[in-house]
Amino acid sequence: MKNLFKHITIAALAGMLFLSCKKDNYEAPSSMLSGALLYVKDTVFVEYDRVPYQLFQYGFGKVGPIGSSFKQDGTYSSLLFDGDYKFTIPGGQGPFRWKELSAGTPDSIAVTVKGNTSLNIDVTPYYMIRGAQFNVSGGKTQASFSIEKIITDADAKNIERVTLYINKTQFVSGANNIGSASINGGDISDLSSVNLEVNIEMPANQATQSYVFARIGLKIEGIEDMIFSRIQRLDF
Amino acid sequence: MKKLIIYLSLAATTAISSCKKDKDFINVQPLSILDNEQAFSDPAQVLSILANLYNRQMDFSTVKDWATMADFSESFPSENGRVNIVQRNGWGYGEWGFNWFDAYAYMRELNLFLQRCAAAPALTEGDKKRFLAEARFLRANYYFEMTKRVGGVPLITEPLIYDLKGDPTYLQHARAKESEMYDFIISEAEAIKDDLPANATEKSRASKGAALAMEARAALYAGSIAKYGASTPQVSLPGGEVGIPASMANDYYTKALTAAKAIIDGEAGGYALYKLKPDLAENFASVFLDKASNPESIFIEDFKLKSGKVHYFTGWNQPRYGAEEEEGGRINPSLNLVEAFEKLDNTFAPLPVKDGSGNPIFYNNLTEIFSGRDARLAGTVITPGSTFKGRAVDIWAGYQLADGTIVTGDDRGAQKTLPGGTTPVQVVGFDGPVPGKEFTAQSGFYIRKYLDPTPGAGSRGTNSEVPFQRYRYAEVLLNAAEAAFELGQAGVAADYMNQVRARAGLTIPLAAGDITFDRIVHERRVELAFEGHIFFDMKRWRLATKRWDGNKMTEADLLANIGDAEKRSTQPYSLWPYKYYNPGNPNHEKWLYKIVLLPSVTGANNFQLGNYYTFIGDDVRANNPKIVRQPNQ
Repeated sequence: MKNLFKHITIAALAGMLFLSCKKDNYEAPSSMLSGALLYVKDTVFVEYDRVPYQLFQYGFGKVGPIGSSFKQDGTYSSLLFDGDYKFTIPGGQGPFRWKELSAGTPDSIAVTVKGNTSLNIDVTPYYMIRGAQFNVSGGKTQASFSIEKIITDADAKNIERVTLYINKTQFVSGANNIGSASINGGDISDLSSVNLEVNIEMPANQATQSYVFARIGLKIEGIEDMIFSRIQRLDF
Repeated sequence: MKKLIIYLSLAATTAISSCKKDKDFINVQPLSILDNEQAFSDPAQVLSILANLYNRQMDFSTVKDWATMADFSESFPSENGRVNIVQRNGWGYGEWGFNWFDAYAYMRELNLFLQRCAAAPALTEGDKKRFLAEARFLRANYYFEMTKRVGGVPLITEPLIYDLKGDPTYLQHARAKESEMYDFIISEAEAIKDDLPANATEKSRASKGAALAMEARAALYAGSIAKYGASTPQVSLPGGEVGIPASMANDYYTKALTAAKAIIDGEAGGYALYKLKPDLAENFASVFLDKASNPESIFIEDFKLKSGKVHYFTGWNQPRYGAEEEEGGRINPSLNLVEAFEKLDNTFAPLPVKDGSGNPIFYNNLTEIFSGRDARLAGTVITPGSTFKGRAVDIWAGYQLADGTIVTGDDRGAQKTLPGGTTPVQVVGFDGPVPGKEFTAQSGFYIRKYLDPTPGAGSRGTNSEVPFQRYRYAEVLLNAAEAAFELGQAGVAADYMNQVRARAGLTIPLAAGDITFDRIVHERRVELAFEGHIFFDMKRWRLATKRWDGNKMTEADLLANIGDAEKRSTQPYSLWPYKYYNPGNPNHEKWLYKIVLLPSVTGANNFQLGNYYTFIGDDVRANNPKIVRQPNQ
């Protein structure tokens, strides 16, 4: 008799487990929405975790966005449920111009996610860094590159400064660097040929590392986020 | 027979009770709850309601939570659980917000209080006037706190009542303009100031001085947002919920100066700078400790031992060695702040660590390097070699040998054998600094401001009753100085600033021509350090994006341009004393100093444009679609 009760209890508990698994839980989201920031066909590089984007899904009665940010190489990805979304970049973010419906209200892109979906984001950056060449010699990193001014209409903005950053890891920016050299926008005489040089001084705990990562950042006047060149690994 | 009597009496009892009308029977007055009329029948009763409302004000920095003072590279947080303050690269847009539900629940209770108190028949006119003025002060001050964080908010001055008909949209109010918020605070202060006592000894309740001090600060904030907001045109909203037109600046500055002057001229009672102790540093520290006879404090959050309302600020931050608990030392003021204290000749200079050719400078004792500076340094910061509660702190990082090698230990007061020695000796202070060792002076400094030397203040069972200064006279003087400067009255500004500076031992007066914007910024930073001002000051001057620009700091950055308002301060630096060990050398056993960036400081403060006005939650905006988003987020 006792045993019978035991069996019934176990069976009932097991049954409950199965039931609750089926009824209560959603499938995890499995559709990947991904893409990159593009200008014509060139990737727009940005700082890690500085340029956010937001996705809004229809039909849930809430107004909160699904938010994330672009990676250093200008790409993004979000794991989502299938459905209709709107993609937008919040006001005042990014080193580029984004369509606005009215002042301060950014436009959005409608996207239908069904399975893995790719959506590249076309933007118009204020500037692009072109043809960046890096060299290492004599404990210094040299960079030469040209700057192309993309937006030349009434919205055009001046260059505040251009900075060459180096770091011991592949995260390279104003917040993550072991060395930097800057030139102010007003001091650049020829946009088609800009040169910067920075000493490589490895921190003591990384003294044996024989490579650095480098890239060039461009700060635009009145715009918070910087625009970057591709990250380059430099061995020496 | 007996039975009959029982039956009869039962019947009689039933008859009597059922005789009562149903209405009277059901409407029994509760014995434990007061209705509105009862609650507002007696002044003492009303005061106890008001005390609850006083208790729910909001402060940015407070002695109730040390970490609220620890950010912005003004200090290093020496508690391992809070090191993230110096490891993050900036702040989320939601940082420094408040709970909208709680805030408006509080507003509702203030509005209900005003309504009920005004209607109470049993209070005398005099009592009523004062209570109403106090509640209006609390309401205005709370709107001020909200406005400082998020700009314009819905300005609700009546208790809102829901009609239960299923459609609450009529209760949704849009955000007021930022300028309207400040106008409201200023006009409320003007309206209530004469209903409040003009009495400088009334400190924990609203007084005329408190109303005027709030008015002066609010008008100054509005003026500077109008003036300096012009440099960041992106930080504004088309509806004016964020941002104030530049044309309004002068008007606000004039109001700020008038209100501050009213306090300075004694209209609100006998306020004055605290000058009761001969030692200037001791005197400055006492501004925050002396409760009995302090003409400087205007409005405080008070605490009282054994009442349940006490705080543990001293326990969290006391010098670790010999402390009343096995903890302390959390707020470590940074070298960035320490070096900002001027020399007595009114010039800025880094602490001399190296001579012209890069060799270390040797000092005979630990305190020499800090001598000849603004007395507020020693009043705000416990430096190596100084004392707290009569006991010397033991802050030194180790021995430096002749060949430059360092002998140090990884625990407080660790011992090692020095070259040529036979027995182990102490090679690091009992107060540190030991990197990564929490509760030691990892920056080389401890905080002194608000540290209570009373026995028991640093023990968990007793705590401290030192009050938190919400408004004090020195700030009123600095508000007046800034407003006067912005209105082109540099001479007036110099006069007010010199009063504050003379109290700190800077007796060479500044001339009108010496007063610059940088000077104003600097003076507020050193006078009001750890009082919750730097954040709002940097916001309203729109300097936050420059000062905390997200770039790492170098030692050269640290030492250059001290006193420059736009100087970068993204990482807290440390200054560590070492003992020189080189028997036979004239400098043997003398002290030298090194500037150190702690290995745990891996982040760099990045204040983005979207940080100027804190994010308003999606839930708040979902419930009330009239609330517009903040700019740049």
